[in-house]
Amino acid sequence: MADVADEKTPVLRLAGVNKSFGAVKVLHDVDFAVYRGKVTALVGDNGAGKSTLIKCIAGIHPIDSGQFYFEGRPVSISTPRDAAALGIEVVYQDLALADNLDIVQNMFLGRERRRGLVLDEASMEESARQTLSKLSVRTVKSVRQLVSSLSGGQRQTVAIAKAVLWESKVVILDEPTAALGVAQTRQVLELVRRLADTGHAVVLISHNMNDVFEVADRITALYLGRVAADVAREEVTSTQVVELITAGRSGDLGLASTAESM
Amino acid sequence: MKVADADFALDRREQTVTSAVRDYWARVRGGELGALPSIFSLASLVILFTALRPETFLSERNIANLFVQAMSVTILALGLVFVLLLGEIDLSAGVTSGVCAAVMAKLMTEAGQPWYVTVPAALLTGLVIGTCIGLLVAVVRIPSFVVTLALFLGLQGVTLRLIGEGGTVPVRDEVIVALANDNMPIWLGWTLAVLCTAWFAASQLLRWRRQRRRGLARRPLGLVLAQIAVVGAALLGLTFLMGLDRAPSPAIVLNGVPWGVPLVGVLVITATFVLNRTVYGRHVYAVGGNAEAARRAGIHVTAIRMSVFMIASTLAAVAGMVDASRLNSVTPDAGAGNVLLYAVGAAVIGGTSLFGGKGRARDAVLGGLVVTVIINGLGLLGSPAYMQMLITGGVLLLAASIDALARRRQAATGR
Repeated sequence: MADVADEKTPVLRLAGVNKSFGAVKVLHDVDFAVYRGKVTALVGDNGAGKSTLIKCIAGIHPIDSGQFYFEGRPVSISTPRDAAALGIEVVYQDLALADNLDIVQNMFLGRERRRGLVLDEASMEESARQTLSKLSVRTVKSVRQLVSSLSGGQRQTVAIAKAVLWESKVVILDEPTAALGVAQTRQVLELVRRLADTGHAVVLISHNMNDVFEVADRITALYLGRVAADVAREEVTSTQVVELITAGRSGDLGLASTAESM
Repeated sequence: MKVADADFALDRREQTVTSAVRDYWARVRGGELGALPSIFSLASLVILFTALRPETFLSERNIANLFVQAMSVTILALGLVFVLLLGEIDLSAGVTSGVCAAVMAKLMTEAGQPWYVTVPAALLTGLVIGTCIGLLVAVVRIPSFVVTLALFLGLQGVTLRLIGEGGTVPVRDEVIVALANDNMPIWLGWTLAVLCTAWFAASQLLRWRRQRRRGLARRPLGLVLAQIAVVGAALLGLTFLMGLDRAPSPAIVLNGVPWGVPLVGVLVITATFVLNRTVYGRHVYAVGGNAEAARRAGIHVTAIRMSVFMIASTLAAVAGMVDASRLNSVTPDAGAGNVLLYAVGAAVIGGTSLFGGKGRARDAVLGGLVVTVIINGLGLLGSPAYMQMLITGGVLLLAASIDALARRRQAATGR
């Protein structure tokens, strides 16, 4: 089985993670790994457990059993604070930006720098601009623009830049292109690629096969809470991935073809 | 770090005054009205009342009167700005000011306490009331409208119980009475005005220079200078006007800036500093703009929500004492009636949004002046009480409509 054989240690690895909500078992023995400089696409139908999985990684839902490894070390993530301390940042679908604040203010929200009692606006503005230009964001006119004046793509960009600002190692993007037009989707996908190229481990959750095949290095497909496949992008076709999502198997790949269901 | 030329064009281009004015106009058309409605209505009201009552309205005496009248509504509105920034409302702020003033007056007359005991006691009363509102709204999660409506009724009962039906408690303490009835010596007024102007100019220019040196976004120098000129002219001009003799008889001299004016100044400057320059202020705006985003960013939303009610009620206590000073007494209906309506009106006319997330401390001053000019002018015209109520109510509705329409416009233009 073509699998987790990468020469490097994964930045983050989940082994045998289980999670239930009451009687409903949402994640079954999930193994999941993300690598530095790689985009890992996490695909699956509605209810496959994608959101639950990232919420476990983000520390919002504590896991029932299983183990997290961060850069090879076993770690436990039980609160969002733990995740942030490890350098795991999640960009949620509903962006979580305040419209009435500008880009700099949003990027530093909750982690403002200050000198004594006073906000250190100068250093925050410089860092925000550096981060944005490191990601080659070219569409923003001013970092002092209100977020309410930005387009959907620009907002997504700001949300992603906010996650990157904190020297994060793992950036998880939840459907970043879901509400965007063609041109803006392109911008965001380019940004996702650059995130990986600047040394982040990126997890991309998406329903859109075009997006997945455009930027992903690896694809992990979830089917009813189980990992149906974890493959390199070159090894599969779009059709195979769609089958993995909808049926959990495709030819040799998938749940039913393995000796046991993992 | 070298930034590519294509990026952040606006931040890197040296903005001219013309382009800044054009940007400003574009923002206004996009529904970001700022101080425009309040300045416009202030100017037109002053012209209107001057035309109708040329002898009395702009007399030295009436101008000083205007400022004394505006003090309590401005302070009350200043507290409400914090509450409105979160999209909440405090309907009990007016009667809270009444209760606190009653506490102060009773301690003075019945326990014979000096001002340095009674003032902190009144402030503490305000803080306790604010904490109760905050707990009920932020922790128990009752809508602030309901909590403060209940207190609006309940606290009137408290004032009535303290003072007694039909009673009036006189306020004779010299320091308290001086707030609204005595004036600063002329030299002190000028010194303060000059110092404030110099300090404002220095801080604005130093900030501009620092922003330029570090290549940060900044306003054009011409605009900064213009703003300094306007603020300086207003401060010095008012000090001059208040320095003129306004005694009704030529036998005595009555001039100088009322002591309450620097008090309001200190409160407004402090509130501006807190809202614009501190982490707390940033978090207030964030919670008002998007509470969920603030929560995810690790901001303690409940604490912020509680704190704004505590600030509003404490400032209401100050407003109540200033009013007691102006009237030399506290009556059982202190702070009831249309006091709150005026204060909310002041904040909204000044440009604070009822929907949260938008507002500044200076809104209280501009709006407070507009409301006071209306009350004062209608009084000079000798219009009956019902007209004053109708007109003030109408003005508040108008301001709220402008707020709602500007917001729709902003949504439509994506601002």
